[in-house]
Amino acid sequence: MSEVYLSHNTIVSNYGFDSLAAVTNIMQEQSSLQLIEDPSILSKPVCTSRVNTEQLQEAVALLDPREPYTRLEQLLIVSLAKTIQASGLSLNERVGLLISTTKGNIDVLDAKSPFPKERAYLHTLGEKVKTFFGFHHEAMVLSNACVSGVLAIAVAKRFIHQGKYDHVFVVAGDLVTKFILSGFNAFQALSDAPCKPYDKNRVGINIGEVGTSVLVTKDSHALAKESVVLLGEASCNDANHISGPSRTGEGLFRSIGSAMKQAGVSAVDIDCISAHGTATVFNDEMESIAFNRAHLQDAPINSLKGYIGHTLGASGLVETIVGMHSLHQNTLFCSKGFEALGVSQPLNVIHKTTQKPLNTFLKTASGFGGCNTAAIFKKVTSQ
Amino acid sequence: MTASYHIESHCRITEGRISKDGKSLFESAETEFSAFIKSAYKALEINYSKFFKMDSLSKLALVAAEMLLLDEHEKNMALVFSNKAGSLDTDRKHQHSIQDPDGYYPSPAVFVYTLPNICMGEISIRHGLFSENSFFICNRFRADDLFDYTNSLLGMQKAEKVLCGWIDFDLGKYDAFLYVVAKNGTFIHSKESINHLYQTQ
Repeated sequence: MSEVYLSHNTIVSNYGFDSLAAVTNIMQEQSSLQLIEDPSILSKPVCTSRVNTEQLQEAVALLDPREPYTRLEQLLIVSLAKTIQASGLSLNERVGLLISTTKGNIDVLDAKSPFPKERAYLHTLGEKVKTFFGFHHEAMVLSNACVSGVLAIAVAKRFIHQGKYDHVFVVAGDLVTKFILSGFNAFQALSDAPCKPYDKNRVGINIGEVGTSVLVTKDSHALAKESVVLLGEASCNDANHISGPSRTGEGLFRSIGSAMKQAGVSAVDIDCISAHGTATVFNDEMESIAFNRAHLQDAPINSLKGYIGHTLGASGLVETIVGMHSLHQNTLFCSKGFEALGVSQPLNVIHKTTQKPLNTFLKTASGFGGCNTAAIFKKVTSQ
Repeated sequence: MTASYHIESHCRITEGRISKDGKSLFESAETEFSAFIKSAYKALEINYSKFFKMDSLSKLALVAAEMLLLDEHEKNMALVFSNKAGSLDTDRKHQHSIQDPDGYYPSPAVFVYTLPNICMGEISIRHGLFSENSFFICNRFRADDLFDYTNSLLGMQKAEKVLCGWIDFDLGKYDAFLYVVAKNGTFIHSKESINHLYQTQ
């Protein structure tokens, strides 16, 4: 089968409105998390990362919108506009659109929202984005908890292999809302300080917000300089618990094994891991067990949650995009917030941003419903 | 070369009726979903106490899957579901619990069901399936995407069989159509036969 690449990409975040803004700050170990007091989303201060509203509205205005868009639609449209423009592709019948989100326009359910409640249907979000850009096909919407962003890349590849598309634009986003914060707070999982994945003094999770997009393509002439090949990917359920990860890391272990088999690589070929690392005890511990079972305990590993928080349905995609840049910059990005190992199994958590020749990275994610996804990417060297 | 696959069995739950492979298994005049699904659970002798903790979408999915997987020995089975309303029924419940500061009582037991893929997690736990789960949202039943995605999973040997279809619960209305795609079976796995089964069963 032909190779499938990840190419042009855009991260709209608290860092700025392109991938470079996020990557440059992450390279300098700068977190975008801030303590915010906003009673409209939570009755107590919360540590989060949100896109600047004024700048977002200015960016949307430049795109000449023909109708009012929700905040999430704005995030997705601004991100996707840049990725489409960078690609130079015309949106014909060979080009697909895939949206990854867990909750979409969930904020419209709030009584104070100016938008109709029907906007909460996820296919409506798909239609808004499709119509704005004039995609030929209906949008596909994937909603598979916190693995959605990585799984969406796999889904795009599979539709390309089935011959349905030559190119798929994947765009992912979720909002920091009262809906989400109240739920995680009810689980007593939220932290009011920056999160500390894998650290023994971890304090819980931070929820963040991005709109991020990437071109997935089989065309080796449609590549950005930071492009990667998707070598293998897999997704396996824990079959254990809907809100807690498996104690044996079963689904993640199986996902990694299946992705490696498809990629034709072994543990020693993995130069670094961009893990899920939400900074909850159960998640981090499960990952340490799964990575050790997969003999990956020596691979340099980070969680990017200390930079932008957990961005839910976008997290897997934004972290993959940062991973692409990490490979091409030959730089291991520090796992922000980590000081001393706080999981039962050894992990080689990246203490400090370091230059190192890199070719291949593993991206993993895990989520509610017992889902896990692993994907392995290889750097495309200039031709 | 594309291998051809087959639809092994299928189940439909809608408008007070549960059928498998075209044969009615349960019918009820009960118009309210929770009473209907509870009486079906009892009549079909499903014995799984976690059922009672689930939201409506998961109850619907669990019963439909139960009809197809009861005698199934293949555990390498992926799940590819789709619907229109996502988890909106439970989303509205969670929203109701946080709308007013005076009646603010968000519950983890409700919040966890505010994701459509949870119903696939419930089925995976019930049947011991350590396989891929994917949940797509569309405004109507779309056989072509399910067909392509299922063929891809089987072709890449990510699964031996795929349980796929439509599981929708919204504003009291319910519609479940699940089918098992395998190497062998009654119907050729094609967009036409998927649509035919969905429209006629």
